[in-house]
Amino acid sequence: MMQSKGQAEKGSVVLSLENITKRFGSLVANDDLSLSLNRGEILALLGENGAGKTTLMNILFGHYVPEEGTICVADDAGVLHELPKGSPSAALDAGVGMVHQHFTLAENLTGFDNIVLGTESLWQVWRSRAALRGRIEAIMQESGLTVDLDVKTAQLSVGEKQRIEILKALYRDVRVLILDEPTAVLTPQEADGLFVVLRRLAAKGLGVIFISHKLGEVLAVSHRIAVLRGGKKAGELITADADKRAIADMMVGRAVPPLQRNPSQVGSIILEFDRVSLKRGSMRQSLNDVSFAVKAGEIVGLAGVSGNGQSAIAALISGLETVDTGSVRLYGEPMKTNDPRALVAAGVARMPEDRQHDGVVGSMSVAENIAIEDLHSKEFQTAGFINRKAMRERADHGIKAYDIRCQGPDAQARLLSGGNIQKLILARVLERSPKVILANQPTRGLDIGAQSEVHQRILAARDRGAGVLLISEDLDELFALSDRLLVVHTGEVTDAGAVEGLDRGSVGMMMAGHSAHAAGEGRI
Amino acid sequence: MEILDILLTVNFWAAAIRIATPLIFGVLGALMCERAGVLNLGIEGIFTAGAMAGWMAVWLGCGLWTGVLVAALAGAIFGLLHAILTVVLGLSQHVSGIGITLLATSLGYFTYRTALPNVSTPPRIIPFQPLDIPVLSDIPFIGPVLFQQTALTLLAFILVGLVAWLLYRTPLGLALRAVGDNPSSIEAQGLSVRGLRIGAVVAGSSLMALGGAFLTMSAFDAFFFGMVNGRGWICIALVVFASWQPGKALLGALLFGAFDAFQIRLQTEVGAFVPGQVFLMMPYLLSILALILVARKADYPRSLLVPWFKGQR
Amino acid sequence: MMRISLQPRSNVSLNARIIISIIAALAAFALVAVPVSFAGVSPLTAYWLMFKGSFGSMFAFSETLTRATPLILTGLAAAIAFRAKLWNIGAEGQLYAGALAAIGVGSGLLSLPAPLLIPAVVLAGIVAGGLLMVIPALLKLRFGADEVVVTLLLNFIVILFVQMLIEGPIKDPLALGWPQSVPLVDAAAFPKLFARMRVHGGLILGLVAALALWIVISKTVLGFEIRAVGQNKAAARFAGVPVNATMLKVALISGGLAGLAGVSEVAGVKGYLSADLSPGFGYSGIVVAMLAGLHPLGVVLAALFVAAVFVGADSMSRATGVSNYLADLVVALSLLCVLVGGFFLRFRLKFERAAVPVQMGE
Repeated sequence: MMQSKGQAEKGSVVLSLENITKRFGSLVANDDLSLSLNRGEILALLGENGAGKTTLMNILFGHYVPEEGTICVADDAGVLHELPKGSPSAALDAGVGMVHQHFTLAENLTGFDNIVLGTESLWQVWRSRAALRGRIEAIMQESGLTVDLDVKTAQLSVGEKQRIEILKALYRDVRVLILDEPTAVLTPQEADGLFVVLRRLAAKGLGVIFISHKLGEVLAVSHRIAVLRGGKKAGELITADADKRAIADMMVGRAVPPLQRNPSQVGSIILEFDRVSLKRGSMRQSLNDVSFAVKAGEIVGLAGVSGNGQSAIAALISGLETVDTGSVRLYGEPMKTNDPRALVAAGVARMPEDRQHDGVVGSMSVAENIAIEDLHSKEFQTAGFINRKAMRERADHGIKAYDIRCQGPDAQARLLSGGNIQKLILARVLERSPKVILANQPTRGLDIGAQSEVHQRILAARDRGAGVLLISEDLDELFALSDRLLVVHTGEVTDAGAVEGLDRGSVGMMMAGHSAHAAGEGRI
Repeated sequence: MEILDILLTVNFWAAAIRIATPLIFGVLGALMCERAGVLNLGIEGIFTAGAMAGWMAVWLGCGLWTGVLVAALAGAIFGLLHAILTVVLGLSQHVSGIGITLLATSLGYFTYRTALPNVSTPPRIIPFQPLDIPVLSDIPFIGPVLFQQTALTLLAFILVGLVAWLLYRTPLGLALRAVGDNPSSIEAQGLSVRGLRIGAVVAGSSLMALGGAFLTMSAFDAFFFGMVNGRGWICIALVVFASWQPGKALLGALLFGAFDAFQIRLQTEVGAFVPGQVFLMMPYLLSILALILVARKADYPRSLLVPWFKGQR
Repeated sequence: MMRISLQPRSNVSLNARIIISIIAALAAFALVAVPVSFAGVSPLTAYWLMFKGSFGSMFAFSETLTRATPLILTGLAAAIAFRAKLWNIGAEGQLYAGALAAIGVGSGLLSLPAPLLIPAVVLAGIVAGGLLMVIPALLKLRFGADEVVVTLLLNFIVILFVQMLIEGPIKDPLALGWPQSVPLVDAAAFPKLFARMRVHGGLILGLVAALALWIVISKTVLGFEIRAVGQNKAAARFAGVPVNATMLKVALISGGLAGLAGVSEVAGVKGYLSADLSPGFGYSGIVVAMLAGLHPLGVVLAALFVAAVFVGADSMSRATGVSNYLADLVVALSLLCVLVGGFFLRFRLKFERAAVPVQMGE
């Protein structure tokens, strides 16, 4: 099926991007980029957040229109044709398929319906489901991607949804398949399964572009690597001859100082979950008999594939939820649940997982967003009237101390970049010397500079004696920052112990639900 | 026993269906719009515009079916305006809908007053007559209840089937259901989010207008100010009650018609003791009650009220 | 290839907002010129007559101010609710609830001197309107029932309820069978501001309410919380703003303002309650609020504009025979035009070779 367009020889060029330039206002997201992809090749597009990888692929797929440059895709005979810009349907017709980082599935439809959506003529009065189904089943067999087609997509796991996305592309007979950060939501084991499928597809002649910021998996799966940095191509090399160190430098462009970690001065328990259970609509919001403790002066990392209960733990510590059974204790006392303001007053600093959505009120000013948690304090109000001057002073201080790049305290928060929004949140929550810090995905989507600033801040707070619960999907970050690791899987938390004694493999096993004991075999 | 006597009469069920007919049109129309992700609060005004336009076309000498077409066209025009404001420009669906209602209502009234400046009693037309279908109309009970209605009622029932077929049996319906859930799924498959939404709002709005046309061309034979009387808003409540499904929409409208027909009959029984307004309030109270009962469980189309722009996900 | 692209504006000046509203109103008049021409009258003549009818004499201006009074209050009701994204479309019903409460308290139940009775009547109206709006707000918070539909349907219920009462228990036996309520006692009536003019103390109440609401929204913690809830409910909740309590406060204030409009009409203009007390003041209030860009002080100006359109259209209609539904047309089109204007406030159109994707705020 996938070889039906296969007259052209394996190894011939199937896609070529030339001199692509794309600007967003003053930001040059892609600067004169050129790339080519061969049939049967897996090309990894490697780069930090903000290097321009996703922008480039969105241009290729027609979501964005570039200022300059051309895109050519080969036809069946191997002849390159220029692709009209800004048209996803033209890209699809030319055989370019894309698996987006954020899935583009209609969750009220079944997997089957999502795959065939838009492939039939809209004006047909009848759908010939049986024939379509046979075709999908053939593709499933050939690619090894199996999934229940008749379940509503909302009920599928993330891994299954991703399989539907890939099937969607294959169903359209693509010759180029783009995957944008496909492993971000998978366990290491699921990711390995994906790599097997990708190699099989490439062996049948498909050209694959694999976007990632994780060096390890790029080395594992790709034939060739193109490194992007600051919107430019920093280098290109054959994976087989690649040197890990050299690629890392190419990616970052400068030597990143390693984090300075002082030995931890662990104090008494300040935050404790005692047999906490919580049942809500979906698994991502449920917990089952969870117990753990965070002590003063330590960073406890919570590892896990997203959607396994992290949100529930974060919601409890953020004051947005109440336990069903069990208790959460703060400094040994039962914590007031479902009351963010009381938690803030008790010295809990909370960083939201989705900082754009939950972190700032976009159309309010930087000053207002920094003051919002302390609105009722004497500092910012007298008899219900707001003290704007105090707010602005606090913001001025925060902007300087946390290096928030903005036009000033009165600038609207929505105009800030992701990294600066995170710094704004740090300025909001860390300024009161909190004793407990919930750092929920603190560096997701940030560039390397902002990442290291956030890391320094968290370490500094811990050295000052705060207890930190760090929730992250990035194992590198967890290993770099944490003193101790917990692993969450389907709402249950396992203590993995001190980071020094752990290796990634065993944590990965635990993330996939294997018991600590079995995973313990992998301990060094 | 008295209640049973009421419920078993042909007249009662025929009345229930008559009351339900404009609501069926309205709920189907609102359902089309909302399935595609657009709330259309213009419905109340579109009812008025449809009622007025259809009636006026016939009064000016057009045939009844031409009048129906004119009403549908009027609805389509206001639907297009709502679609431009909410789909193309991405403006507030609430405010735009209220604006369309105010505009369509006042334009309907203004046109009526301008065409008929000095009439005290509204002029009448000859409306749709009850059908007399051989065989079907003669079936005992079912015949008079279902098949001695006017052609517009029959059309409403047929449209329920057509809309259900469209949504669940055709590729276009599949795309409509998808665009109301996650527009990115449509764009990623190379279809036009805007095209689908505009089409759905225009088509849905013409259905709403037919509900209005039924009032002036079948239920009554003239146009009155304030005759729509909240029917549009009731439809918006019924869509939620019907979980955006055509079959349940029909059921909801019929249930509503039955309740309303029942209270009218009850009114003649106990009207001496209870003020008439209590009965008139019933439809509105029922709608609120229906909304409360289902609202928590309601599976709203996920992209309802959320504007979509190209290049933004 | 020439493409039009949208660039989000970083911030919008107050001047730009005012200009957009003025342009929107002018655009509405330009559009209405078409149906006016069909009605057989030159639009310019009609508009001149409208202007004369609303501002042409002290009497006309007094009529405009009288008409603007309830519109200021319903406009404020919509403005504060929409700020919090609480879609209160039920000002019409709340207005009647306020009017009913005014009759309940002020038609003989309490025999107090005017300086005490007027505040009592005003308070009763505010409470009645506020409580009526709390119902849909609670239904929204508790059951997730859409407040738009509930408030709209409540309008019909309240008006039927009022009809029931004025045909029954509170019917005025001296009104020759006409369905209207017993009259308000003289001590409860708002004083007139000028001799032989209808404009009354309600206008002062409206202006004070506008000023007070402006202070609340821009200077107080409550106003801060209302803005935060309206602009990003999730972030507000995360930061510890009591979202539900804020919504209920907004509902009370919004309904209370609409209720006050009802009191003002009964105590300032009519002296009794009838089913035709409001020719859609509640709905026009939405237009007023939108024209004002939800700014409380802007509401005063927008209400004056909308009132002038209605008063002017009545006068023009008497002179030319063109239907006074013309006013409703102008008002409806102003709403749609100002909505479109809001689009140009948010985005700058850019003509260029290639498109830049839209990046939305909020």
